[in-house]
Amino acid sequence: MEKLVVIGAGMASGRLLEHLINAAPDRFEVTLFNAEPRGNYNRIMLSPVLSGEKSYAEIVTHDDDWYQAHGVTCRFGERVAHIDRDRKVVVGARGEVPYDKLVIATGSDPFIVPCPGHDLDGVIAYRDLDDTNRMIDQAPGSRAVVIGGGLLGLEAAAGLRLRGMEVTVLHLAGHLMERQLDPAAGYLLRADLERRGITVMTQASTKCIRGDGSVEAVELEDGTLLPADLVVMAVGIRPAVALAKDAGLSVGRAIEVDAQMQTSDPHVFAVGECVEFAGQLFGLVAPLYDQAKVLAATLLGEDAAFAPKQLSTKLKVTGCDLFSAGDFTDAPGREDIVYRDPARGIYKRLVVEDDRLVGAVMYGDTADGNWFFGLIKDGTDVSDMRETLIFGPAYQGGAAADPMAAVAALPADAEICGCNGVCKGRIVEAIEGGATDLGAVRATTKASASCGTCTGLVEQVLAATLGDAFAVPAAQPVCGCTDLSHEDVRRLIKSQELKSQPAVWQELGWRTPNGCHVCRPALNFYLLADWPLEYRDDPQSRFVNERKHANIQKDGTFSVVPRMWGGVTTAAELRAIADAAEKYDVPTVKVTGGQRIDLLGVKGEDLPHIWADLNAAGLVSGHAYSKGLRTVKTCVGTDHCRFGTQDSTGLGIRLEKRLWGSWTPHKVKLAVSGCPRNCAEATCKDVGIVCVDSGFEIGVGGAAGMDVKEVERLAKVATEDEAVEWTVAFVQLYREHARYLDRPYKWLGKVGLDWVKDTLSDAAARTALVARFDLSQTVYQSDPWAELSTRDRARGFAPLADLTLEAAE
Amino acid sequence: MSWIDIGALDDIPERGARMVRTRAGCVALFRTGATEVFATSNTCAHKGGPLAEGIVHGRKVTCPLHNWVYSLETGEAQGADEGRIATYPVRIEDGRILIDGDAIGKRSAA
Ligand code: SRM
Ligand SMILES: Cc1cc2nc3c(=O)[nH]c(=O)nc-3n(C[C@H](O)[C@H](O)[C@H](O)COP(=O)(O)OP(=O)(O)OC[C@H]3O[C@@H](n4cnc5c(N)ncnc54)[C@H](O)[C@@H]3O)c2cc1C
Ligand code: SF4
Ligand code: FES
Repeated sequence: MEKLVVIGAGMASGRLLEHLINAAPDRFEVTLFNAEPRGNYNRIMLSPVLSGEKSYAEIVTHDDDWYQAHGVTCRFGERVAHIDRDRKVVVGARGEVPYDKLVIATGSDPFIVPCPGHDLDGVIAYRDLDDTNRMIDQAPGSRAVVIGGGLLGLEAAAGLRLRGMEVTVLHLAGHLMERQLDPAAGYLLRADLERRGITVMTQASTKCIRGDGSVEAVELEDGTLLPADLVVMAVGIRPAVALAKDAGLSVGRAIEVDAQMQTSDPHVFAVGECVEFAGQLFGLVAPLYDQAKVLAATLLGEDAAFAPKQLSTKLKVTGCDLFSAGDFTDAPGREDIVYRDPARGIYKRLVVEDDRLVGAVMYGDTADGNWFFGLIKDGTDVSDMRETLIFGPAYQGGAAADPMAAVAALPADAEICGCNGVCKGRIVEAIEGGATDLGAVRATTKASASCGTCTGLVEQVLAATLGDAFAVPAAQPVCGCTDLSHEDVRRLIKSQELKSQPAVWQELGWRTPNGCHVCRPALNFYLLADWPLEYRDDPQSRFVNERKHANIQKDGTFSVVPRMWGGVTTAAELRAIADAAEKYDVPTVKVTGGQRIDLLGVKGEDLPHIWADLNAAGLVSGHAYSKGLRTVKTCVGTDHCRFGTQDSTGLGIRLEKRLWGSWTPHKVKLAVSGCPRNCAEATCKDVGIVCVDSGFEIGVGGAAGMDVKEVERLAKVATEDEAVEWTVAFVQLYREHARYLDRPYKWLGKVGLDWVKDTLSDAAARTALVARFDLSQTVYQSDPWAELSTRDRARGFAPLADLTLEAAE
Repeated sequence: MSWIDIGALDDIPERGARMVRTRAGCVALFRTGATEVFATSNTCAHKGGPLAEGIVHGRKVTCPLHNWVYSLETGEAQGADEGRIATYPVRIEDGRILIDGDAIGKRSAA
């Protein structure tokens, strides 16, 4: 009999032995080494073992009786140290074994992030039964941090949670399982996990693991400290190739094999995760099983060739239904088909290329996954079913998505009218009680009776409740991605507590994978205004000026405007501006209409450098580019003017220092004049304050752009403190209610100055608005120039590469 | 084709873009997804706006100057606007972005 030695008793070699023994039971005398002190078991089922849904005994694929019955000599718990190819022997810890044919099936080693503390007791990987038992033995109630939000990490997290632990998942990318899922599906998955009590932190980079001997906490790059009793690293795997490399076999990223699974030595073969075929690595069992079949044939002298196929992924967490298959990567000519059902938490996306399906991601309803997977694998021409493809095999010829689905899906306790605290259930009740039009609903419930921005939603509730008996007046949707209006979207973000863009896209049924240039900046603003602490500003959803913190010019250069608080400057500041203008060859230096200086024509890649120079002189960004606070113009006031009644310059500076950095629906400009002669032109500003002997007249809703408007009186107050409080409260009310790109005067035209006055007259409401504004400022009042001129961030302003310097061919 | 390494995938944020200088002019690289990158001319067919400064959505980009929208796959302007920008082959390998040097070279020779 030929002597066959197999190194590694894993999923691939287990399958190989079955094929060999079935086909030719007496052909080989087999010796099977395994570093783990046990034989073949179904590694992928460790997750159900961890969660308690299965026992280890249930996942053993080959037991002692099986090896004995088929004459397999088992050397379990024995790591192979060396292969001597000249003598054709394998050297194990307990002695040598000669071979005629050798199979290397050593699988992979988990990758451990080499951060400080990675070797503390309590830091483990998730690969084998010992790791699993280590997690099971942890006391309920203890705290686990799982590093890595891919397949393995999430299965570990779900299992640990079911065992009663406090679990936090840290993930470097912006959404979970980013290789298999797009942001929308990643959002749904996250929501599902959070519902189970798992804390998920994305864009979380581990700095170090702290502890004295054993794990005590994980520290993130941003300084967050997470107490932990156990740290599970699930950040990836590395093919186990040391043995093969040491034996002089040809090894690239893994052991190189041909289509017959032969290595560079004709007597040595390899199978499983430790191989590289045609430049490709393998990390899921389906291709390994194909390899095992091919290798069995090769060893038996039959013809067979391995060819990689498309793969699909599922997550083995009970209740998290996701499916992903095929390819979403680069190649022109691809088209997306997206379907969302917010009510049932379903998201499906198909990628079609040349009339063939090439990729599919699904969440919530994966019943058709295998059907789609079949279409992908077979390369079926889908042009005939293009229109209804996404509805799956059972539903050809279906109706278009219902534009009202998002509102119909809202639960009864979803708040529709924020002013009066009216929920959907109360409105439905009123409608059922006979209030069958908007006026009647307003009269009975007060919904939409105050600022009126929820009118569209109330009408949709009417339509959903009354069916055809109610025709919704057409509201202007935000853009082609949705049927909802800005007002609807704002309201639903608040009432449904939607805190990320993927959450909005999914729950409100967006038709595109990730919005467009019209809706993205609006959503980004709404989310950061409503959830300053939870939402993270997305530079990719901002117009270039706000992304680059400078105004783009028609020739692609930029303008730079530093802040000059209240229009006041110093000789030192002017000198710094002059120096910067010379150093960066600024072609135009101009005094703006906003009482400060504009440096026009700065090259994009010079921006971080000119900012650094200006910062060094104490100058910060003037936000001349932002939908945010621009300038506060002032006049000289009591300090110098013979007519001045109050310190208009001081108040202007105080307001600018309080408000700068805040984002608003459109730009916001202020001015403070020291007397009714109004030299600061305060009566045509978004907020304009005119000082008089008896106090401060606060006007709002002025403009002097395409429309010229005089301010209307909001209030007259006696003290400077009150003037600041009213102004901040007004700006915050505008931030919370206006639609994106409405200047205050446009917003006031919709909600009415009376409603704003009523709201702000309530001292408690004013205090609360100011508190919310200040909270937001703790996040957003920071100089973007300082943040972006660090060496690391400045790189983003330069070209990615300069190929003009490359030698000519 | 001759593939030239121009940088790491992670140098471009998702739904973001970066610019590369070449002998054939500036080329914009758009990252439309976790592992998807497109390359086109950086110059808008309307009035030369820098496309790498635009907003990236789906497999499209909107020019920052006057909002023309281009398909990154075909280079065709979308909707009512008429115009086309050049597109170039790119690949991702081991987290690096490679661009086809021949395609850029060819254009400069023409
Ligand atoms: C630099 C400046 C002109 C100047 O040289 O003085 C200026 C320049 C621009 N203004 Fe202005 N505005 C400037 C003061 C004004 C003023 C006067 C004022 O603030 O007292 C007004 C009228 C007051 C008002 O806003 O109501 C003004 C009304 C506008 C408008 C019309 C807004 C409206 O609601 O109708 C726009 C268009 C827009 O924002 O959509 C605009 C837009 C622009 C843009 C940003 C156009 C653009 O999108 O590229 C210009 C940028 C030029 C650049 O590249 O830097 N600019 N702009 C002024 C900068 C002030 C500052 O220090 O920040
Ligand atoms: C928790 C978990 C869940 C998973 N879920 C899925 C899933 O749902 N779907 C999917 O397709 N895949 C899943 N996988 C991946 C799948 O388990 C692997 O792709 C598969 O096990 C690889 O098989 P293999 O035979 O190449 O290696 P392994 O199964 O790892 O076997 C290799 C064996 O070789 C031994 N060995 C290594 N070096 C030596 C040496 N020098 N001497 C002796 N013995 C040695 C090791 O101890 C190990 O037992 C999961 C993996 C894990 C850990
Ligand atoms: S008035 Fe018109 S041209 Fe002049 S700066 Fe303002 S936007 Fe530009
Ligand atoms: S230059 Fe691009 S749209 Fe005008």
